[in-house]
Amino acid sequence: MSYSKTTTSKSNSAKANFAKVATKKKSLVKMSSKKDDSKKSSALKTAKSISSTQSLGQLPDKVLVQMLDLMIKSRVLEERLIKIYRAGESYFWIGGPGEEAWGVPIGILANKGQGVKHDFMHLHYRCTPTLIAMGMNMKDSIRLMMNRATDPSTGGRNFSNHYCIPEMNIAPVTSPIGVQYGIALGTAHAQKRAGAKAISIVTGGDAGTAEGDFASCLVWASRKNNELPILITVQNNYWGISTSYEGQHGETNIADRARGFNIRSRVVNGNDPVESYIALKEEMDYIRKTGKPSFIEAKVSRLYGHSSASGANLVQNEEDCLKSFSEKLLSKKIITEKEIKTIWTTYEEEALRATEEARCEGVPTSESIWDHVFASNENSNWRKF
Amino acid sequence: MANMAQAIRLALNYSEKNLQLKDVFGQDVGAPLGGVFTATQGLKTSWNTPLDERGIISMAMGIAMAGDRCVAEIQFCDYIFNTIDLLKIAGNTLWCTNGQYNLPMTVMTPVGAGIRGSVYHSHSFDSWASRIQGWKVVMPSNPLDAYGLLLSAIKDPNPVLFLKPKALMRVRGEELIPGEPADEKELKTRIDAPIGDRSKWEPEWPNMQEYLVEIGKGKITRKGEQITVVSWGRHLLLANEVADELKASDVSVEVIDLRSIYPYDWGMIRTSVAKTGRVLIVNEDTEVTNFGEHLIYRVVQELFYQLLARPRLIAGKNVPGVGLHPNLEDATVPQKSEIKSAILELIEEVP
Repeated sequence: MSYSKTTTSKSNSAKANFAKVATKKKSLVKMSSKKDDSKKSSALKTAKSISSTQSLGQLPDKVLVQMLDLMIKSRVLEERLIKIYRAGESYFWIGGPGEEAWGVPIGILANKGQGVKHDFMHLHYRCTPTLIAMGMNMKDSIRLMMNRATDPSTGGRNFSNHYCIPEMNIAPVTSPIGVQYGIALGTAHAQKRAGAKAISIVTGGDAGTAEGDFASCLVWASRKNNELPILITVQNNYWGISTSYEGQHGETNIADRARGFNIRSRVVNGNDPVESYIALKEEMDYIRKTGKPSFIEAKVSRLYGHSSASGANLVQNEEDCLKSFSEKLLSKKIITEKEIKTIWTTYEEEALRATEEARCEGVPTSESIWDHVFASNENSNWRKF
Repeated sequence: MANMAQAIRLALNYSEKNLQLKDVFGQDVGAPLGGVFTATQGLKTSWNTPLDERGIISMAMGIAMAGDRCVAEIQFCDYIFNTIDLLKIAGNTLWCTNGQYNLPMTVMTPVGAGIRGSVYHSHSFDSWASRIQGWKVVMPSNPLDAYGLLLSAIKDPNPVLFLKPKALMRVRGEELIPGEPADEKELKTRIDAPIGDRSKWEPEWPNMQEYLVEIGKGKITRKGEQITVVSWGRHLLLANEVADELKASDVSVEVIDLRSIYPYDWGMIRTSVAKTGRVLIVNEDTEVTNFGEHLIYRVVQELFYQLLARPRLIAGKNVPGVGLHPNLEDATVPQKSEIKSAILELIEEVP
C-alpha cells in the first residue's frame, strides 16, 4: 500500500452534468496528458500552476484548487464504487458523496503520520473525502469495495468505506454508530500524555449523536483540568437512514450540546470548503495550543441517499458542493472549465483502471477466517487447544 | 500471605514499574478510595473516571490503539452489560483490520455471588465472556494466580478480561508471591491505605518479582483417580474442600482449576477425564448456554467411549438474578453440598 503526500494521479472523464455549469475560461496552462498515475505531474499539479490574484476567504489559489481537485477525486471514486455495486461486483455500498467540501479540508489539515505524535482520525463511513485528501489510493478503496484479499483496510472482511490505515492513524471505521466518539477519547488521552500537540479528530453523523457514546465524548473531553485535545465533529446531513433531523432532534443545533459542557463550539456550512477549511484550521490550532476540545457541526448534503440499500440514486434537491465550489472558482477565474473537465476525466480514468486491476486480484481464502483473531496469529480455534 | 486484593495491587504496581502500564482507571479506582475492593490503592497511574462504563471501555480501546498499556475496571460485572458491543468491537478489531490493529488492553471486573450482593452485585460473566471472540478470559482462584494472570494479561498483545471472584478478594493464599514480605502485618502496613485521611499516605511497595501464569494453562489442585472436577474462581475452592472431605471416605477426586476460560487447557481436561472416565463441571454463571456445556460437548465428542458416566454440569439456576435473602442466593448459585452429592452420584454410575 502506498500513500502520496499530495494528490497525484491523472485520469480523464468529465462529469456531464457538471460540465454544464462550468463557465468556459481560457486555459492558462497546458493540461498534462500523461497517464502514469505514479507520477505527480497530475491534474492537481497543472491546476496549481495557475496564477491568480483572486482568492476566497484569503486562501491561496493553490489551496482552493487543491481542494476542488480532491473533492472531484473523491466524488469520482464514490460514483465508481456505486457503479461497482450496480454491476454486481460488490454486495453493499455506503459512502460520503456530497460531503466532500467538509471532508477534504480535514484531510488536508490533519497532521498525518503514525503514532501519538500525529493526529488520530476516528472516522465514520462517509469519510472517503478525508481519506483521499490524506493520500489514500483510489485502488485501495476499490479493493475494499470489491472484497479483495489485497484490500489493505480489512482484507475483504468489511464494507466499503470501512477504512483502517494505521500508517496514517486512521482508526478502523465500524458499523456500530457513534462508538468512535468514545474511542477517540483514549487516543486523545495518550496524545496529551505524549505532549506532542497532536490531536484526535472524530467525525460522525447527526443521527449518531443520539447514541450514548456521543454524550460520553462530551463528558470525558471536557472534565475540568482534564480536558482532552480532541476535535469533535458532526456531519449533519439531516438524515438518519430514513429518519429526518426533525424526527430525532429537539435541539436547534447539535453544536448547542457542546456548549453545555463549556466546549468551544460552532456551526459551519459544510458545503463550503472555504468556510470549512478556515473553521477547521482555527479549531485545530486552538486545540493544539490549549489542549482543550473543540466542536464543529457541519451542515452537509447527502447526495446518494443512505447506502445501496436505499438505491444509491442521485438526489436532486440538495446542494452539490462540487457544483457550487466550481462555480465560485470559475467566477474568480482561478480555474477554467477545461481544467476542471480534465480533472474529472483524469480521475475517471484512474478509477476505471483501478477497478479493472482490482477485479483481477485475489479474494480471501476460506481458511483465512482463523487469521488474526489473536495477535501474531496465535491459535484461537478451540478445536486445536 | 497477601489476599487477592493485595495481590492485584502488587501486580499493578509491578506492571507500572516494569511493564509500561500507563493507566489504571475506572469508577473510584484512583485516590482516595483505590477501588471498592481496595485493589488499586496507592498506584501512581490510577485515576477516577466518570460513572460511565461505555466511556471506560472506549477509553481503554483508544489508549490501546495509541499503543499504551492500560487496565480498566468495571466496578462490578453487573454493570458491564451495556458495554457488550464495545467489548465485541475490541475483540474483533484485530480481525476486522486483517491483523493491523491489536488492542493490548486489560479489563478487570469483580464477578459472582457470595457476598450477599443482591441482584446487581452478584452476576457472573464468564459464560458471557466466552462468547466475545478475540478476547482472552481469565479468572483466578487464589492471590498467587491473580498476580501471575494479571501480569500475563497486561503483557498480552490482545484484549484480556480479568474476572475477579469478589467473594475471594479478602481470602489469603497459601503460597507467597515472589517478592512478597512473608509477614502479613508488614505487607499490610506497607501497602494498605490507612483509615481516615489518606492525602499524605504513600505506600512502601515491596520489590516484587515477575511471576507469570500462562494464559490458557490450568492447574491440577487435587490429584485423584475416580472423577474429574473442573472449576474456576470461587467454586474452585469449594471443589477443593469437597475433594478433601471425600478423601477421608476413600473417594479420589481430581480437581482442575481451569484459570483461563478462553483459551482453555483442553489438554489437561482430556488427560484427566481419559484417566477418571467421569467429569463434573462447576461454576456459578447461569446454566443455560453455560461455558461448561461447551466443555461437556467436547468431552462427549472426543472422549465418549472412555466415559464411565454421563458428564454433568452444576451451575447457577436459570433465573433473572441472585436474590438477596440467603435462601434465595443459596438456592441460585451452586453450594458445596450439591457438588458433593453430584460427585457421589457420578462415581456410583456405571455404563
